[in-house]
This record gives sequence, C-alpha cells and structure tokens, in this order.
Amino acid sequence: MTREIFNKELREVKDKLFQVTGDVRRNLKLSVRYLEKRDMTGAKMIVESDEIINLKVLEIEDLCLSIIATQQPVASDLRLLFSILQISTEIERIGDYAKGIARISLKIGSESLIKPLIDIPGMEQLAGQMLSDAITAFIEDNAVAAESISRRDARIDAMYNQVHRELLTFVMEKRSNINQTIMLDWIAHNLERVGDRVTNICERIIFTVTGNSVDLN
Amino acid sequence: MSTRNYSLFYGGFKALNRISIQIPSNRITAFIGPSGCGKSSFLRSFNRMNDLIPGVTTEGEVCIDGRNVADEDVVQLRKKVGMVFQRPNPFPKSVFENVAYGPKLHGVKNRSDLAVVVEKSLKRAALWDEVKDDLHKSGMSLSGGQQQRLCIARAIAVEPEVILMDEPASALDPVATLKIEELMNELKANYTIAIVTHNMQQAARVSDYTAFMLTDENRAGNLIEFGTTKQIFTTPSDTRTEDYITGRFG
Repeated sequence: MTREIFNKELREVKDKLFQVTGDVRRNLKLSVRYLEKRDMTGAKMIVESDEIINLKVLEIEDLCLSIIATQQPVASDLRLLFSILQISTEIERIGDYAKGIARISLKIGSESLIKPLIDIPGMEQLAGQMLSDAITAFIEDNAVAAESISRRDARIDAMYNQVHRELLTFVMEKRSNINQTIMLDWIAHNLERVGDRVTNICERIIFTVTGNSVDLN
Repeated sequence: MSTRNYSLFYGGFKALNRISIQIPSNRITAFIGPSGCGKSSFLRSFNRMNDLIPGVTTEGEVCIDGRNVADEDVVQLRKKVGMVFQRPNPFPKSVFENVAYGPKLHGVKNRSDLAVVVEKSLKRAALWDEVKDDLHKSGMSLSGGQQQRLCIARAIAVEPEVILMDEPASALDPVATLKIEELMNELKANYTIAIVTHNMQQAARVSDYTAFMLTDENRAGNLIEFGTTKQIFTTPSDTRTEDYITGRFG
C-alpha cells in the first residue's frame, strides 16, 4: 500500500464518528428514560453533556479539513470525507434533539405525567436502533443495508401521528392538560425528526458507496 | 480532434493499443496515468512528432478537423497543432524573434505585421506587460515561468487550432505554475488544449475532461477511462482509475 498515513487518518476520523454516534445514541435513550422516571438530575446531565458532543463533532470537522488540505482526496476518498462531514452534522443535530427532550423534561418539572408513556419510548427505541444500524452500515460501506434501514422511518412517522392524535384527545378531555400535551407532542416530534436525520445519513451512505445522490425522505 | 483504433509501435514493441477517443474542441483535456503508459507518445501523435523517431509505425487513425494527420503536410500540420514542452525551450534569440519565428517561416515578412503578431501573441500568453519594454532582450534571460509563457506565445503566433502541452509546468515553481494554469483557462476559448501531466491535482484544477491511460500486461498503453474531469475525480467508473487517482497504486 502506498498510503499508510492517509489510511490511518481515515480510520481515525471514522472511529471518532463511530464514538460520537455512540454518545448521541446513549443521550437519546437516557433523555426518554429520565423523562419517564421524572429524573431532573439525569435530564440536567444530558443538557450539559451535549456540549461535549458538539466539541467532538468539531474535532471531526477539523480532522476532515486537515485531511482534505494535506491529502487532497479524490473519488471514493473524497466522497467518504464529504459524507463524514455531513453525517457528523446530522449526528450533532440528533444530539440536539436528545438535549431538547431533556430540556422539556426539566420544564415539565415535578408534575406527574398525564399518561404513562408507551409510544414515545417505542419511538425512541426505533429511532435509536436506526441510528446504530445506520452508522454500522456506514462503517461497513453497506448501501443495501442503508436503503433498508431508511424504510423503518415510515414506522416512526406512523407512531408520531398516533401519539399526536392521542394527545389531542387529552386536550379535548381536559383543558388543563394543554401545557403538558404540547410538551409531549414536542418530544414526539423530536423523535420523529431523529428518524428523518437517520434517513439523511442513509442517503449519505449510498452516496459514499455508489456516488449516486438519492432522496429517501 | 479524434483517434480511432490508434496503435503505435516502436519497432516491434507496441506502445499504444487501439486507442479511440474524441477530444472536445475549445476545452482542456488532461491525460493522466503512471510513467510509461504512453501519454506523451499519444500526445505527440497529434502533430506527428513521433515521425522523428526511427522505427515508429502506426495503425488506425488520428484525425484533426476530420482529416487524417498522416495525409497532411507536416509543416502545415504543425502550424495547426502547436506544442509546449516540459522544459521551456526558447530559441537563443530575442523575445521578439522567438515569437516572430513561426509567422516568418509561414511567410509573414513585413516587420510591422510581425510586430502586430508578436504583441498579440505575447498578450494572449499573458507575458506582454512583463517584456514590452525590451522585446530585444534574449528569451533565455527570462525566468523559467516567463520562458514557458514565451514558448506558449511562440506556439500561438502561428494561429494554431490545437495546443499540445507535455508537462508544461513540471519544471516551474507554484506561482509560475498557477500563471500557466490561468493562462490555459483563458486560451481554451480559442484553442483546443490537450495536456499531459503527472500532477493529478493540476489535471483536476485545469481540465474539463480527463483521460486515464494505463499499460496492459504487454506494457502497451491503453485508454482506460475518459470522461468529464468532475466525473473522473468524484465517481470514476473503472476501479483501475479509482485506484490510480486515490494513490492505491502508481
């Protein structure tokens, strides 16, 4: 091989992307768990740890820029780095959704929830799994898996519609439910957006592997 | 400018294997590939420079304006197809005489006509402002980058249709290289340019189309892939092109 340094740098940046995705996946899961448990300390921790995620994403960007400047990548290398830059932005936004859920949880405060949460944790599980599977497909250059993962987003969308309708009935039932209803709807919407972001990641995987830009949303 | 099933032999050795390509007019086409893949031999086929090498034979066609170059008068052909080489090679004459040499050879005798051609060519080669105050100093006294632009001025003084460039900037520093690249970009409005370069980033920067050449198991040069430079450098369709431009071999 004639490009040992280059390959080492590419591995390093991919590793960092994989790690930060793990952090975001964990924050997403915990944000919903702390909401269910009404754990304010945990929610605060999620909000604070988002800063670390942002710094890690900046580090990835910095590394990509350095590789582009020093190695002048072309073809599949260029597509890979371009995709890493875009995927890291998507990951950072998903991190923001987890932070958003934690913030809403803090806003709800000590109030007890108007209903036991069923679909919201379900949405989190689906979206979180999509995220983990997508990043694995990215690391493995698996465009076929990416396409298949993106199709799961329809299930999340359907769940969001269901949550939305259900929450409306709570408002109709009791006007004082309005505040929390809006907040829970907001949380469900954040999770629905996670599915969209993962779908964008799947598009980038297909681009990286095949060079074709596709619209999966 | 095109070739069809064009092969070139140095004695019994086949250096180019059945190359067919259509080079777009008024565009810059870069030829890339590892050393010895036949890029320069191929480039020199367009103005029959290979005729000077003993034992060279060819098969197939090389056409300019639809006419086979083999049927053309070689002096007229080289008027139509100018060439710039790796190392600047001005004649040991004045700047003026360097540029006026070609037009004189082709019958322009009147001094004021020659002066017009010289000024126009030096302006097109983006050298006029740097030499206009002393056109009678030796071309050899210019810097490397200026000498190369002088050679470009000399090439375009005879109003060619095509300019062939064989590693035109490889002996120049980065600033002089950039000037040559900018110049190429301006020249393509009036000329068809084909350039051989080892510098892949240069090919990516300056060219509109890129052709990738590679030797086969018999060491004959083959055209592997030809496409827009954007396509070649972002989504090459042949894995050999991909491997070469990403530095996996070569």
